[in-house]
Amino acid sequence: MMEFFSAAAQYSILQYALLTAVLASIAAGVVGTYVVVRRISYIAGGIAHCVLGGMGAALYLQRVHDLAWLQPLHGALAAAVLAALVIGLVSLKAKEREDTVIGAVWAIGMAAGVLFMAKTPGYVEDLMSYLFGNILMVSKRDLYLIAGLDAVVVLSGLLFYNQLQAVCFDEEFARVRGVNVEFFYLFLLVLTALTVVLLVTVVGVILVIALLTLPVAVAGQFSRTLWHMMALATLFSIVFTVGGLALSYTPNLPAGATIIVVAGAAYLLVMPAAALYRRNRRGRIASARR
Amino acid sequence: MSQESIWPVTLENVWFSYDGTPVLEDVNLSIGRCEYVSMVGPNGGGKTTLLKIIAGLLRPDRGRVRVYGEPPQHVQWKIGYVPQHQHYDVHFPVRVLEVVLMGRLRRSTWIGRYSRADRESALRALEEVELADLRSRPFSALSGGQRQRVLIARALAADPQILLLDEPMANVDVVVERELNELLQDLSGHMTVVLVTHDLGFVSHYVKNVICVNRRVSVHPTSDFTGELVDRVYGGHYHAVRHDHVDEEPQP
Repeated sequence: MMEFFSAAAQYSILQYALLTAVLASIAAGVVGTYVVVRRISYIAGGIAHCVLGGMGAALYLQRVHDLAWLQPLHGALAAAVLAALVIGLVSLKAKEREDTVIGAVWAIGMAAGVLFMAKTPGYVEDLMSYLFGNILMVSKRDLYLIAGLDAVVVLSGLLFYNQLQAVCFDEEFARVRGVNVEFFYLFLLVLTALTVVLLVTVVGVILVIALLTLPVAVAGQFSRTLWHMMALATLFSIVFTVGGLALSYTPNLPAGATIIVVAGAAYLLVMPAAALYRRNRRGRIASARR
Repeated sequence: MSQESIWPVTLENVWFSYDGTPVLEDVNLSIGRCEYVSMVGPNGGGKTTLLKIIAGLLRPDRGRVRVYGEPPQHVQWKIGYVPQHQHYDVHFPVRVLEVVLMGRLRRSTWIGRYSRADRESALRALEEVELADLRSRPFSALSGGQRQRVLIARALAADPQILLLDEPMANVDVVVERELNELLQDLSGHMTVVLVTHDLGFVSHYVKNVICVNRRVSVHPTSDFTGELVDRVYGGHYHAVRHDHVDEEPQP
């Protein structure tokens, strides 16, 4: 692990990777908290998988039609926002069909991605790195886009904290107070889409959902307000991503999968411990009353 | 403005259906200033729907709804609303004062923090329901009755002139129910209070007028509320139960 940090001092690839991990963690902490308390992680999963279609299309156009400026990240962005709007609008207009739409977007996006990549000449390993992430592929140009996205997502998530909190807590009451509930729901889905794109650069399409929810779930055990939850989730996310990255370095393991195993292990340790702690405390209170 | 701007709530020939199934038919209703009224009726009879129409959450298929002479959507700042219990997640990480502050949101609230005036109003509302001491507690740590009071405070935080409550007595015990009733009675001294309930015993103790909702709507003074009327409202399948439990003490 120490080997990683001394190498990071020398190689810019590792520095970009570290910076990406930290930036993505901030977005994941803020937006992931909304996603978890509003219970839309399944939607986030649908958006994440759909992103593969966008990346595949961008890669195909770039290689086959010589659009050198078009990066997979651009395709990911377009696909994520499109998926968020489709899912959001359908669930607002026809509530009972929401989960079907999510499933459709999820699968169609992936299928399109696989088809585009099959028809794209070049590296075969691309598909794997998009599915499971390759944080070491982040270029300086990507990093600018990532930093910009991060700023947009985190600022929006914090500036509209009051409205998002109210809409997540009790949509109906927020509506009586004149809050445009539909707008903020779509807004939250778009923020989720942008966050998903950021996280895809770290852990890939398939593992995104874990990085969006596990740090928040762990943070939830120690938080009494959304603010706490966001701050703690960001911190945990940084620990998991940087820790996973460092652990994966010496044995040359896939970084994305290592990050998720670290996050998952922390989750599996904390949740039963927290449940036990609560049960003990309840027991103590009960016996004190007796 | 016409006569109706004096009335907190007026409905004229209001019809409402969900996907073609009629829920409310030809509803005519006026609720006066500082009245304390209760809506009763069988499940599925349309009580909650009627309350949501008054709150501006649902638009009727036909008919005219006015709150102080205007469509409810235009005067939402005059309406305090306490939704049904199931609407929120009890594990949501939020403190009591933060919940009450949500009542200060407005269409015009844009970005940033709540103002000092918002905080003062929220605290006043918490004092009104006698929970100011608990303002920093997590909402999830409160008892059912305390939560219900916090939700009433949230509705009061906007200084409404009408308070609409949907089954606030569900899931609370008898003692809490009595406390809530006293609170609502106090509030009806300076605002109109409309309460949806299925508890007829409660009705006779506290409310002057009863709005019976079973697809159609009729208004009766509580003194008329006899077994015969109950049969009519509930379609004859309801056994009136006396609720003389007000003086009972809970078991420790």
